[in-house]
Amino acid sequence: MSNPSSLSLARKDIVEGFMRYDLWPSLAWQEIKRRYRRSTLGPLWLTISTGAFVVGLGPLYGKLFNQDLATYLPYIAVSFVLWALLSGMITDACTVFVAEESIFKQIKLPFSIFCFALVTRNLIILAHNAAIILLVFLFYPPPLTPVLLLFPAGLLLIAINGLWVSLSLGILCTRFRDIPQIVASVLQITMFLTPVMWKADMVGRHTWIVDWNPMNHFLELVRAPLYGVMPSSTTWLAVAAITVIGWTMTLIVFARYRTRIPYWV
Amino acid sequence: MTSIIIKNMTVDFPIYGIASRSFKNTFLRSATGGRVARDASDKVVIRAIDNMSLSLKEGDRVGIYGHNGSGKSTLLKVVAGVYAPISGTCEVTGRISSMLNLLLGMHPDSTGYENIYLRGKILGLSRKEIETITKDVVEFAGLGDYMEMPLRTYSSGMAMRLGFSVSTSIPADILLMDEWMSVGDAEFTEKANARLAALLDNAKILVLASHSEETIRKNCNKIVRLDHGQIASVEAI
Repeated sequence: MSNPSSLSLARKDIVEGFMRYDLWPSLAWQEIKRRYRRSTLGPLWLTISTGAFVVGLGPLYGKLFNQDLATYLPYIAVSFVLWALLSGMITDACTVFVAEESIFKQIKLPFSIFCFALVTRNLIILAHNAAIILLVFLFYPPPLTPVLLLFPAGLLLIAINGLWVSLSLGILCTRFRDIPQIVASVLQITMFLTPVMWKADMVGRHTWIVDWNPMNHFLELVRAPLYGVMPSSTTWLAVAAITVIGWTMTLIVFARYRTRIPYWV
Repeated sequence: MTSIIIKNMTVDFPIYGIASRSFKNTFLRSATGGRVARDASDKVVIRAIDNMSLSLKEGDRVGIYGHNGSGKSTLLKVVAGVYAPISGTCEVTGRISSMLNLLLGMHPDSTGYENIYLRGKILGLSRKEIETITKDVVEFAGLGDYMEMPLRTYSSGMAMRLGFSVSTSIPADILLMDEWMSVGDAEFTEKANARLAALLDNAKILVLASHSEETIRKNCNKIVRLDHGQIASVEAI
């Protein structure tokens, strides 16, 4: 089944999906608008709930970890907002096809469109949450160095990886309905295993804990530049490896099972 | 050149979440059509279309006739490009308009206007084209101020009016219809039939699935009878 032609069809799906850039931003916006239609503050609730988390937990964890609040609070605020982007993409990836059944079971569209919309939607949510980062930086300005320019590049890499994650996880979750629950609990544990609320240097000589955590590298990719620090070479290497391996795997899975999606939903 | 060419096409639906044991001896051939069988890996599958060949060309007004589960809707969905056949081919040339679900892509929490916009986007229309059809749809559906309200506040009849108006606002080469549409109250139905007739006149191929032979005889020039996912007969009307 997985011959060159199905691989080229998979590639075509992704290219054609991208070329529908008139559609996927609309899908992303409509979804956000719908979620908050009946609330007064609208999408700002995203910002408020993230802000409440930071203000609520920040001082406590600062005490527990014996940290200076002036540096710890901004750290946890930035980390948490960026973590929300990563975990949001992965959580949404589980339902990316199941949720859009009403569209692709009626009309032929490139499946990748829904993944482009997913990534876009999560970037829009990040833009809302970025208000928290800006607020923090107002009080604790970051060093303005050229390294800051790596931040958008990091975001782009996250988006590229979010795309393969949503394609392959989307297919997997459509076929096996237990996976979303597994993903949700693994993600929750991972948040505590990743330097979101604690700092990477706290592990002392046990650096493998952070070195072998892929989520840590994606987090570092965008967090370090905000502090004017160049992400480490380990991080660059890990992200590059994950991007290449992830996309290769996804292309194989997508080529083989793309046409099965409507049957499985 | 508009055409639909189907060659030796087979479509199987895998069935998950059924304890296959209980299925083993019971439904080898279900009373409602569709063959329940097993594929090589011992999964339960329903053979919806079984080695079918059919070729349609411009001017064909085809009625697909058969009882529930005979494969009518599946055939339409394969032509629409939703399901890929597991073997054989289905080649379609021409712009398809599928009326399989009038509420395609519509969301209860989006307003009438937003739903028109989104449908237009899904169908790949430009902003300008969407503006044009929006005007047309608003006028034809006659929903007035409701256009500004979320779809879930509509009565089911009003939602169908909106769906029908949008679906019929874009000309197409190939028209796919699952049962003849009847929308709204008596007055609207009359208007709707006229609009549908105009759309049909411009379409090059019509494929209408129905379990009513009368509907097919009234609207088609060819009748294809399906039975258990196979073509039982093809007959000109």
